[in-house]
Amino acid sequence: MTRAMKKLYSPWFLVPVGAIFFVLFLLPTLMSFFFSMTTWTLTYWKFTGFDNLRMFFREISLRISFKNTLIYSVLTCGFKVVLGLIFGAILSSHMLKTRHFLRSVLFFPNLISTLAVGLTFKSLMHPTRGLINAMLRGIGIAGPDWLGNHNIALYSIIGIDVWKGVGIATVIYISGILSIPEQYYEALSIDGGSTWDKFIHITVPLCRPARNSVIILAFIGGMRTFDLVWVTTKGGPGFYTDLLASVIYKQYCAGYYGLATLGNVLMLLLICALAYPLYFYITRKEVDL
Amino acid sequence: MKKLFALLLLVCMCFSFSAVAEEKVVTLMIDNATSYAGIEAAGKWIEETYGIRLEIQFRPGGAEGENYVRTLLAAGEMADLCYFNAGALLATINPAEFFVDLTGDELIANVSESYYPCVSVDGKIYGIPAGSSFCGSWLYNKAVYAELGLEVPHTWADLMENCQKAKDAGKTAVIASFGDDWTSQLILLADYYNLEAGNPNFAADFDANKAKYATDPYGLKSFQKMEEVYQKGFMNADYNTNTYDYALEMLVNGDGVHYPMLTNALTNIYTAYGQEAVDNIGVFGQPGDDPDNHGITVWMPNAIYIFKNGANVDLAKEWCGYFLSPEGIEAYAAASKPEGPFVVKGVELTDVYAGVQEMMPYFDEGKTTAALEFVSSVKGPNSPQICIECLSGLRSAEEAAAEYDADAEKQAKQLGLAGW
Repeated sequence: MTRAMKKLYSPWFLVPVGAIFFVLFLLPTLMSFFFSMTTWTLTYWKFTGFDNLRMFFREISLRISFKNTLIYSVLTCGFKVVLGLIFGAILSSHMLKTRHFLRSVLFFPNLISTLAVGLTFKSLMHPTRGLINAMLRGIGIAGPDWLGNHNIALYSIIGIDVWKGVGIATVIYISGILSIPEQYYEALSIDGGSTWDKFIHITVPLCRPARNSVIILAFIGGMRTFDLVWVTTKGGPGFYTDLLASVIYKQYCAGYYGLATLGNVLMLLLICALAYPLYFYITRKEVDL
Repeated sequence: MKKLFALLLLVCMCFSFSAVAEEKVVTLMIDNATSYAGIEAAGKWIEETYGIRLEIQFRPGGAEGENYVRTLLAAGEMADLCYFNAGALLATINPAEFFVDLTGDELIANVSESYYPCVSVDGKIYGIPAGSSFCGSWLYNKAVYAELGLEVPHTWADLMENCQKAKDAGKTAVIASFGDDWTSQLILLADYYNLEAGNPNFAADFDANKAKYATDPYGLKSFQKMEEVYQKGFMNADYNTNTYDYALEMLVNGDGVHYPMLTNALTNIYTAYGQEAVDNIGVFGQPGDDPDNHGITVWMPNAIYIFKNGANVDLAKEWCGYFLSPEGIEAYAAASKPEGPFVVKGVELTDVYAGVQEMMPYFDEGKTTAALEFVSSVKGPNSPQICIECLSGLRSAEEAAAEYDADAEKQAKQLGLAGW
């Protein structure tokens, strides 16, 4: 049987796919490691060694993006994990009659393009003409300049990202929660456990696989965010909301292709360095139901 | 029968080919943020008179568009004529390799000599002006000026005094619109006349990595002016999110008194608010310390370059000649009111905005200088953000100036300029 299989499927079948993968994915990645150490344009290149790297860490406008990206990905990830769990638990409860409708409502922001979301919030968060501050004025509070104040702009964008992304986290949680066998809950009911006990002792530990997916997806998504920041603040005021991806784009636009390549290499390394350990750490304790 | 049919087909094809060949078409690529009404009108006049049709193609504006142009040039797919910035940016797209060298050509004999440096790289001239020049200035609302009894200031101190009076009257003294980040640079860039008056060698030294904004007293002063505007609280409260369009609205309806801006805003005001509104907007150059030397910083028009590897180089050149002829300019000005003088010899401005008339004395008295980005090939791309940081008090004038210098140095190094 196995010998026949071997005959049927020669390893050469892998070659076409392998070649495409090598040429379109692996080769450019490897080349980018080299070009990140050069100054290049479409027609010429010059090797400069670690000059680009030094520049990336010396300049405030570039360095700040590391800090912001970490704050951004940790906070968006954290909020999505917590809020997603809460919404997921509520919306998978059979006692809630309108749960199907509410699920759709919660998932709706995901259907809109990020650019549209960003533009909408940009006008909602306008300090004088925006709806949010108009409502705050109505109850006697002077709202801040959400996207213009350098102290809170990054957090405003994080808020928008969570609003948009919590729907998908909730859906993942719901599927995780619904796959928990009913018997566990019944057993706890017989032992006299309350709804809260069920949530804490059964739902939370047993939906761990779903939570791990949410953590990984949200974290990597946060590290790579570009569109939302670009459409709301373009990294401003100053450089206070610049993320890695927006900084890379700015370098590319300025014609600093070498520096932009380096930025992408650093982003790849950073994501690998943070996401893989995170993945192994959180999946270590996963159990089969 | 088949043979006859084939023959007929062949004849038809020949005719259609010759019909295509008869029409003379020149293509021009322009960014989609620039008003092209003038070029289009001139093109129409050329088509009617000389039978060369102009086909306008569009590309994105801003830094994204610059990259697009670089890519098209390298791939050999640029239109016959390429509309692109004059000044610092030209050097970044390697004109010697892609554009026709016009040095000594009769095509540019009619163009003012003051324009040559803006379209030259390594002593060779590549472009022709694609429109009128304009100025970096302070636009002001004349009705409010009359109401508050203010006069056009001739020193920076007078200007600050006017702003204080406007603020005391409950107005926004200086309109800011950092929601469109490029608008933040005007106080810095429009101050170049004063910087050059103080240090005439600044541009050359800056290019050669000798002069720095942070160490040159006049350069630092430009940043201190921004700092002062912030410290005195002259700007509208929503300066960080306000946009260019709303800023113009504030200026027109008198909520705002001054707007440091390029004079091509006059066209935007005319288009959006009409003749009466634009007649109410005055213009003065950003003053320095000497009331007798109050000049204005000029932005040279962007240029049209002829793509060397295009299919119609000769035809494109012919088209440019017609475009620069007095009739061509006239057709241009009829469709798009000039925001400043044309840099073409023998062209008189007749029907212009009130604000442009206020600019003319500066030109007549020779109190003008081209902005730094037209004479130096270095201008860091982070300039808008750095100006915002300075204007919103996040960095002091000294820190911002040093950051600006570092940004310029980064550009010079990344582009491989000599001496850095």
